[in-house]
Amino acid sequence: MLRGIDLAVEQGETLALVGRSGAGKSTILKAINRLLTPDRGEIVVRDRAVTAWDPFALRRSIGYVLQDVGLFPHMTVRDNVAVVPALLGWEPSRTATRVETMLQLVGLPAKDFAQRRPHELSGGQRQRVGVARALAGDPPILLMDEPFGALDPVTRSELHREFRRIQSEVRKTIVIVTHDMAEAMSLATRIGVLADGVLVALAPPAEVAASEDERVRAMLEPLLEATAALRGSRAQ
Amino acid sequence: MRLVEFLASHRAEFASLLGQHLFLVAISTLAAVAVGVPLGILAARRPRLGAPLVWIVNAAQTIPSLAMFGFLLPLPFIGGLGARLAITVLIVYALLPIVRTTIAGITSVDPALVEAGTALGMTPRQLLRRVQLPLALPSIVGGIRVAAVIGVGTATIAAAVGAGGLGEYIFRGLSMVDPTVILAGAIPAALLALTLDGGLMLAERGVRAAMTSGWRPGRAATAAVLSVVVAAGLWAVLAGRSGPPTIRVGSKNFTEQILLGEILAQTLESRASVRVERRLNLGGTFICDQALRSGDIDLYVEYTGTAHTAIFRSPVETNPAQVLEKVRANYAGGGLSVFEPLGFENTFAILVRGDDARRLKLRTIADAAAPAAGWQAGFGYEFLQRADGYPGLAKAYNLQFRAPPRAMDLSLIYRVFADRQVDLIAGDAMSGLIDAYVLVMLEDDRRYFPPYDAVVVARTPALLAHPATEAAIKSLSGRIAVADMRRMNHAVDAGRRDPVEVAREFLAGLQ
Repeated sequence: MLRGIDLAVEQGETLALVGRSGAGKSTILKAINRLLTPDRGEIVVRDRAVTAWDPFALRRSIGYVLQDVGLFPHMTVRDNVAVVPALLGWEPSRTATRVETMLQLVGLPAKDFAQRRPHELSGGQRQRVGVARALAGDPPILLMDEPFGALDPVTRSELHREFRRIQSEVRKTIVIVTHDMAEAMSLATRIGVLADGVLVALAPPAEVAASEDERVRAMLEPLLEATAALRGSRAQ
Repeated sequence: MRLVEFLASHRAEFASLLGQHLFLVAISTLAAVAVGVPLGILAARRPRLGAPLVWIVNAAQTIPSLAMFGFLLPLPFIGGLGARLAITVLIVYALLPIVRTTIAGITSVDPALVEAGTALGMTPRQLLRRVQLPLALPSIVGGIRVAAVIGVGTATIAAAVGAGGLGEYIFRGLSMVDPTVILAGAIPAALLALTLDGGLMLAERGVRAAMTSGWRPGRAATAAVLSVVVAAGLWAVLAGRSGPPTIRVGSKNFTEQILLGEILAQTLESRASVRVERRLNLGGTFICDQALRSGDIDLYVEYTGTAHTAIFRSPVETNPAQVLEKVRANYAGGGLSVFEPLGFENTFAILVRGDDARRLKLRTIADAAAPAAGWQAGFGYEFLQRADGYPGLAKAYNLQFRAPPRAMDLSLIYRVFADRQVDLIAGDAMSGLIDAYVLVMLEDDRRYFPPYDAVVVARTPALLAHPATEAAIKSLSGRIAVADMRRMNHAVDAGRRDPVEVAREFLAGLQ
């Protein structure tokens, strides 16, 4: 499905992978933490091929935010966030402090939210817990698969602001997958455009916006239309 | 109201039967959880292994419980009369719901959650313990509840193999045709099922609450398995313990047999001064014979004709002395001794209702051949199969009924007959119900039925070990006349008297 992907993610950067549904974006993420293994080629994480890693240790060192959040419904918010620290065998006191810090970071104070269950939260709140869970083990790398896809536009842009604030605080190496070019523009330091399993562009947002490649233009189209419509209504 | 009186007057017995019932269900359900949940987990994770496993568990479930008891009875260790066999059978029945709901619970966990767990770095084992099992728990507990409720029902049948429990009352009531006694077993069993179901539902809530506050299912499962192992070990020790010299008296599951069992038991207690264990009310000739041969009982009363044709499968014979001789020789080969006849014969009785007999002037079985064309017959399972049963009878008297005879349990047959659902039945000649329901026994004028002299059959080693028992049993030879037996049957069946007392009065009169 994916062909000839040659991609290096720099430490501390936020790379957005943009493409239509089925373009192979999620596949790249799953290959990075070895949920999938490529037929050919090699993926290197922190100077070591993923196949040389213990898969469980590899995954615990990579934060992962899922498309549909995937919070465990039988656990409280606190226990959900504490999953990776528990897997890493942290001391309970260290875990407890970490969970509080993480909840604070994503704007959900522990005293109000720690004991709640996922079903008692709004969609936006759940997504914040998902981010807190992914960051709890203090992984150097964070993978995000359509993390804001299911949210309404207002909540989404609110979370975009939060995301930029959090990233400025934690400085992780982030790969975020989205089908929304606007989201990529607003969050990423670099954007990779995928079409039919091929990487057709890899550049900072400004360069991508100026690209003449038809497949990139297609992804930019909705954004340009919205901008045009906005200008038009202002001109009247 | 009679039910309340009955329970009040049998308080101690009722409490002990209820305790036995609860013990059977609890041990078997716990063991089925200890075996079934891991099996279900295995099957859910390895579908190729799981499919045949579920198939086997399914197939086991379709075996009727009485058939399973009969099938397992001769096996070593798990076989034999008593609680061990009953628990084995109950475990088999409890497995299906538990295995199935465990598989269903685990496989129905949202795949997105499984992916989430994997992506966060859980090993398959951690995924199972932290995500799949907790989410499958309501489903698994649902299966355990079903298993427990089925167990309460199936455990009533355990009385047929001498495991006790509330089934004692049901079987006793059926053989006495006394609805009150049946209800004394059935209603508490139903209440027990509801209570267990409700209790487990509350337990499920408790477990769920505990689990969310850092409870470890792994540790609890280990504890559960350990407690079952300890209980099973305890059981094996208890079952294998050796007490003072004990003679175990068995009987089949109808009134006359229960009375004879009591008479034997009381005679041994007073004359041989041994401890007697009563294993009365066993489910039929086959189970009694198996129990005798495996040493689960030491003696019971059999009928010569039944032993000859049903147990030893010899061709039908009509000379009583010859039949006794052959039966004695056959039993001797299996290390069993046959005593002299007790004095009465209990042949099959071909019965019609009194009013039919008067109206049609019926006296012999041959007289019934003509009206039989418009009749429906009802026979017990044994009678339909046995060489000395229906097939030969039909040939000897040229009997042809309107429809094939209905097969039914002996204990229900009189009741169905009285309700006019059938017109001719095969009962036993000594039944007190013949008088109670005003029935007429047709004469076997062509001498079709072989002799059925009642004789005590005992394990020879048991007699040698306790010589006094032999003398005690001999003291009953020739002492129970037809009239005596019929009177006692009637006292229990129609007079609703306690077999223990009826037997005591009879023995007092013998002195």
